[in-house]
Amino acid sequence: MNEIVAGFTTALELIISLDPEVIDTAIRSMTISLTATFFATLFAIPIGSVITFSEFHGKKALINLIQTLYALPTVLVGLFVFLLISRAGPLGFMRLLFTPEGMVIAQMILILPILIGLTISALKGVDSTILDTLRSLGATRYQFMKSVVREARYAIMAAVVLGFGRAISEVGAAIMIGGNIRGHTRVLTTAISLETSMGNIALSLALGIILLGIALVINLMLAYVQNR
Amino acid sequence: MLKLRDITKRFGDTDVLRGVSAEIQKGEIFTIIGPSGAGKSTLLRIIDFLDTPTSGSVIFGGRDITSEGSIEVRRRMGMVFQKSATFNTTVFENVAIGLRFRGVPETDVRKKITEALEIVGLTGFEERKAKTLSGGEMQRVALARVLVTNPDLLLLDEPTANLDPVSVEMIEDLIKKINRDFGITILMSTHDMVQGQRLAHRIGVMMNGIFSQIGTPREIFSAPHDRYVARFVGIENIIEGTITAKEGGLATIEADGTLLYAISPLTERTHVHLFLRPEDIALSCTGEHATSVRNVLPGKVVEITPMGPLNHLILDCGVELIAVITWKATEELGIRVGSEICASFKASAVHVVER
Repeated sequence: MNEIVAGFTTALELIISLDPEVIDTAIRSMTISLTATFFATLFAIPIGSVITFSEFHGKKALINLIQTLYALPTVLVGLFVFLLISRAGPLGFMRLLFTPEGMVIAQMILILPILIGLTISALKGVDSTILDTLRSLGATRYQFMKSVVREARYAIMAAVVLGFGRAISEVGAAIMIGGNIRGHTRVLTTAISLETSMGNIALSLALGIILLGIALVINLMLAYVQNR
Repeated sequence: MLKLRDITKRFGDTDVLRGVSAEIQKGEIFTIIGPSGAGKSTLLRIIDFLDTPTSGSVIFGGRDITSEGSIEVRRRMGMVFQKSATFNTTVFENVAIGLRFRGVPETDVRKKITEALEIVGLTGFEERKAKTLSGGEMQRVALARVLVTNPDLLLLDEPTANLDPVSVEMIEDLIKKINRDFGITILMSTHDMVQGQRLAHRIGVMMNGIFSQIGTPREIFSAPHDRYVARFVGIENIIEGTITAKEGGLATIEADGTLLYAISPLTERTHVHLFLRPEDIALSCTGEHATSVRNVLPGKVVEITPMGPLNHLILDCGVELIAVITWKATEELGIRVGSEICASFKASAVHVVER
């Protein structure tokens, strides 16, 4: 029990004193996951819109597949990306293994199904009269989709936040692709995993508190925007 | 300006439209009245090609737009729906959206919106969140939104169906104003026949997926083509009979053993329906009546039902008749269920159609 209390005290000290290693790791975590979320969103919104507003054979099956991939195991993504970017892989020449860029790609793949799937749900949730109104006002197909996305923006933002949450909290792919290299690819989750195994409970706790803090801040920001 | 040619629409096993033909003149207000589910909305949606017809064609401005359905054509029309649809943004941006789609320069957008909001009486609402408006205000935003795009044809799908009476009046005034001041042709559906009458230059009565009758409000309300139209426009006395004699324009009609007189060009031995408005029946207890009144039928009061300021009376006069009378007159004449009474009406009050 004492160990836990002491751990918390030290953790708070590390955060308040802005311990360079802790801060550095936190910033790297944010940067990698934000970048991954940004690119995933950039792909997910157009893909989700096109799937929602097109009629094609196998549409239901495709949506089912996307929803199944919500539960994509992080280590599986790690393995897949590893095969892709390791020396012998088809993208091996880009030398992305054990780099932050490689981690961005892995996290992006990880959260893409959630973002596409929830974008589809968000767009489907827009009232049919709104859709008719947009068409009757003379929207082109592109203008139509853009307007519906704008109408569903809060639901899509919630999806993006959820995706970011999954990206920043995953550890499997981050270890396999990043390699947990200190000062280079070490992020909050991989650091917690390592420090705990080395017995540095206080440091792990500090990193964990920061991880939760980031999630809290992002959610507060979303709530603020949605209630405005 | 708009011609509908034999339009049909089938959803699964249901024929929603069964051969709709009509011609809408430039500058008129044409209302489609009919019960819910008659196909009114579907027809409007087909004209705006939100739905495609199973067969038939829509000719707009001399061109068959049924198969074409281009954005250019649609941009010459505007449509307002029964359920108010406002986008989750300000009133200004709501009204602007059609102009943005058309790439209108920002200075023009501002000018047009200011004008349109003034017309619909929402000046000063520009920065309000559209979602916070009342139902009536939302429909006015919807009207402003189509008005700024300056359509040739405005399609209104029961625009007042969900509104309170004050808002309904305001929207109706706006519809008349838009038609009068801007010369915009309006095609509007409503299930409220009185609203149809108030607004329309011409009315089409839609029953079971076809226009049962098209005509001026006066024609529709005084001379319905068949008993379904008659019932829908509030003619409660529909009597079956046969013409037994003709003397000039005056026909003697036998209905259930009772002889009735009506003006009709139809010939002897024709089987007919007689349409008679309850308001055209006079009631008395003495049997006295004006000499010009041909039909005088003694009978009994069967049932009295209060309806607003009036009482609805069901009478047994050999044929069943429905008459209306004020509460006060009911009391003064001492009318109650079982009272002996005399119903009278002019031969010219009866509209006769072949059955």
